Amino acid sequence: MTSSADSSSWPLWEVFIRSSRGLSHVHAGSLHAPDATMAIRNARDLYTRRNEGTSVWVVPAAAIMASDPDSKGAYFESAQGKSYRHATYYTQSEGVKHL
Amino acid sequence: MSPENHQHAPLHLADESDAAAALAEAESGQNRFDEIIAEDSRVEPRDWMPESYRKSLVRQVSQHAHSEIIGMQPEGNWISRAPSLKRKAILIAKVQDEAGHGLYLYSAAETLGRPREEMYDQLYSGKAKYSSIFNYPARTWADIGAIGWLVDGAAIVNQVPLCRASYGPYGRAMVRICKEESFHQRQGWEILYSLSHGTEAQHQMAQEAVNRFYGPALQMFGPPDGDSPNSQQSMAWKIKRFTNDELRQRFVDMLVPQVEALGLTLPDPELKWNEERGHYDFGDLDWDEFFAVIKGNGPLSRQRLEHYRKARDEGAWVREAATAYANRQSQDQAALIGA
Repeated sequence: MTSSADSSSWPLWEVFIRSSRGLSHVHAGSLHAPDATMAIRNARDLYTRRNEGTSVWVVPAAAIMASDPDSKGAYFESAQGKSYRHATYYTQSEGVKHL
Repeated sequence: MSPENHQHAPLHLADESDAAAALAEAESGQNRFDEIIAEDSRVEPRDWMPESYRKSLVRQVSQHAHSEIIGMQPEGNWISRAPSLKRKAILIAKVQDEAGHGLYLYSAAETLGRPREEMYDQLYSGKAKYSSIFNYPARTWADIGAIGWLVDGAAIVNQVPLCRASYGPYGRAMVRICKEESFHQRQGWEILYSLSHGTEAQHQMAQEAVNRFYGPALQMFGPPDGDSPNSQQSMAWKIKRFTNDELRQRFVDMLVPQVEALGLTLPDPELKWNEERGHYDFGDLDWDEFFAVIKGNGPLSRQRLEHYRKARDEGAWVREAATAYANRQSQDQAALIGA
């Protein structure tokens, strides 16, 4: 059996696609590639076969820093109980136009 | 490790308090998991999940990926013999889509902590399973039509509910796949339509292809509910949304008007509208054959695996060259920075 270690050493890349001008790049998926040039080409072939994109980003997956899933509650807590940050908190102006 | 590919960190059980902490974490993890499933929300890669859920998903998603990859073979075989340049271009696009679908699914399986190479190796060694439909040969051009219409058609019926699978990356891969599959089914139907409305011999060729693929396509939904032990757990976890028999019935109900529009028939004398049920009744399928094919005794089981190995072996030098080039480039760059 041929060693398949060859492509396992290829790093993982996360792919982001801008579907049309005026929109931001959105995560589309991931792929393995030996370097950035190949990653971009593979991303084009894999994720834009039907005009899904006008621009592609690839980012080494290892370079992404993410929040800890275990501290989810506490980490995002500060927004909770602060409904005054939303326009809907303010009700006195009901019926007053353009406000 | 990427955010999508981060496995839950293993806990080191140094002493009893750590063990207690691990237990507490598993408990709160299970509670959170149960909540997510009950709310019909999605489980994401870095969430705690039961080991059995992870294992079951890895099996299903990787088998699904393998099916897409092996599924390129029956059709790839006809690229050089497609009857026109247009048909050839269409078939190439379809086969390329299947490769893409395999890659989306391998990526999804990888987020569960299963290394990509391990999955490739399992397919290579013959340990991995894939959909048994791809062990049947594509004998004529009409078979390419029947594969698109029936095999991709069954796949769509199976896959649409999977877009809502409780595991986020699997559902997202399925959304992408379903968008692309509908062209596959329509192009298959059109191949059969052209043949059905061609010469007498062409019409007969189309009918024979439908006769060959109808039964195996119905079996793609898996064994009858009574013989499908994993189904119930899968449904409780909201990976599966409908049983095998429910999906099979849905498919048969769809096929009847479609085959009429083709001017062909389905090879089942027991096929009949049942007013009371509001569904078509249909005859029993050959499950002995199904299980024989699953066990590796399909008409082309051996050839499919051999071809996969050959493709993988013969492409090894390309992958090695690409790795060597990438290493060289980064060394040169490092030397440049050092200078």
